Amino acid sequence: MIRVQARTILGHEPGAFRLDVDLEAPADGVTALFGRSGSGKTSILKAMAGLLRPRQGRVILRDDVLLDTEAGVDVPVDRRRLGMVFQDGRLFPHLSVRRNLLYGAPGSPELAAEPPSLDAVVERLGLGPLLDRRPTTLSGGERQRVAIGRALLMKPRALLMDEPLAALDAERKAEILPMLADLQALRRVPILYVSHQMDEVVRLADTLALVDNGRIVASGPVEDLTSRLDLRPLTGRHEAGAVLRGVVSRIEPEWDLATVAVGQDTLTVPARAMRPGIEVRIRIRARDVTLALDRPTGMSVLNALPTTVVETSEADGPHIDVRLRLGDGQWLWARITRKSAAALGVAPGRPMIALIKTVAIDRHSLAPPPAGEA
Amino acid sequence: MIADASLSVEEWTAIGLSLKVGFWSVVTGLPLAVTIAWVLARLRFPGKAVLDGLVHVPLVVPPVVVGYLLLVLLGRQGPIGAWLYEVLGVTVAFTWQGAVIASTVMAFPLMVRAIRLSLEAIDPGLEAAARTLGASRARVFATITLPLAAPGLLVGAMLGFARSLGEFGATITFVSNIPGETRTLPLALYTYTQVPGGDAAAIRLMILSLIIAFTALAVSEILARRLKARMEATV
Repeated sequence: MIRVQARTILGHEPGAFRLDVDLEAPADGVTALFGRSGSGKTSILKAMAGLLRPRQGRVILRDDVLLDTEAGVDVPVDRRRLGMVFQDGRLFPHLSVRRNLLYGAPGSPELAAEPPSLDAVVERLGLGPLLDRRPTTLSGGERQRVAIGRALLMKPRALLMDEPLAALDAERKAEILPMLADLQALRRVPILYVSHQMDEVVRLADTLALVDNGRIVASGPVEDLTSRLDLRPLTGRHEAGAVLRGVVSRIEPEWDLATVAVGQDTLTVPARAMRPGIEVRIRIRARDVTLALDRPTGMSVLNALPTTVVETSEADGPHIDVRLRLGDGQWLWARITRKSAAALGVAPGRPMIALIKTVAIDRHSLAPPPAGEA
Repeated sequence: MIADASLSVEEWTAIGLSLKVGFWSVVTGLPLAVTIAWVLARLRFPGKAVLDGLVHVPLVVPPVVVGYLLLVLLGRQGPIGAWLYEVLGVTVAFTWQGAVIASTVMAFPLMVRAIRLSLEAIDPGLEAAARTLGASRARVFATITLPLAAPGLLVGAMLGFARSLGEFGATITFVSNIPGETRTLPLALYTYTQVPGGDAAAIRLMILSLIIAFTALAVSEILARRLKARMEATV
């Protein structure tokens, strides 16, 4: 388990900012710290790393106390052995990529022998052609890959990632995201991942902590928090949606589609390198869900799931969001117009068919669950 | 007038001495300048403005004043000089080592300024990143801070050397004008202008000064380019 308790004032008046957090994260898997910029996410990471010393606080990693202001314990930054990946990479400009990667490599033989090896990191992150280059000649995406490799090669006890993709364009992001989703194959350590992009969080994390105004507002499994109506202002309207878990039951190679069993129901999604038997998480945006009273015929939509209306959000302009329960108890959100809701008689307890276009489920919406849980 | 372009023994001696004094000024002054520059760039403490001012004194007072101050402090009767002589048996006044001290003091503010600027230009985030990677403060300084400040160190060394070559007032006041011991190039040139028939030698030394200065400049320029190329090396 990771625990970060920190109480402190950041900055100076005016504009001083109060941070008062108590974060608990599982010692396995990926925990995302999600919130808008300036909410205090990065400060939590810094307190964990030792780059920020709270006036009052405790930082615990498994059985190790890294900071306890009351007991006078404060392990210095360089002894905490936490691999930090910064938003801007922070590669050393005067060193080659190879020497950057090995800068934090531990001196002790036992630690040096721990996975991952330089070769494994170079191979997995595709750094081979970059080894003898200087950071200034790398693209943003290449830089972040090197920064991630550098953090892994110090053989950290945990990885702290501070919006590692925020400075990248969509194309670079798409190139690095699968690598991030796969990091635990290289070194199985807990990851704290700071982000303000819900698609990243859903793709990578299994635990989510919502940070707002220097506090942790809620934390728990990603699926639970993203389907809670009261947290909608924080998880974001635009991103409204839910995450379904399922198991791939069948691949149809001729159509390049996969069938995923979600409880008693099935969902057809793009195949994307899936194999029968693997667990997947599928993020479905509220706006991609259509509601119908009966199972329609003669239409292109492949997915029609029987659901029950649980609740509806307050009206906001022309739409409302409808929370639906599936047969196995998982949640789904649908965003429809108020007019349709009135016409269909949408109300709690009412059975509805949820229609989801398969093409709306893109590769950003599909991910294997974090390795820690498989 | 310039009938004889070849240099006399005294002139060679003066040049050799100047180069020696310049070299040692940089070698002894640079580590101290780096320390002070780092303190001024990175630390916050009461009295920082005083230290900053103190470092800059040689830049604002006449060199003769600095020389005289050194003589008062470091002369054999001076509080520090007397101690040096009695405890260590060392005399610096009227020796070439004294000339090194005089020109180091005069060159010091220039070195500190150049190095401080380059230290301030370093992103502290890089040093923080190095710390998270397990590097101690000392290792961060040696492997991140110093290499990144290298261009500033080079400029500082260059300015220090140049200032040292040109040093006149503090030197002549502190260590006098002793041939073969403290008569550096500018002092020799001055001496030649004071004696009848010394014009030819004075002109030779003047030209030589220019050559040395331009050579030093060219060398530092080449080094600076290499440093820059090393940082931005392409594939």
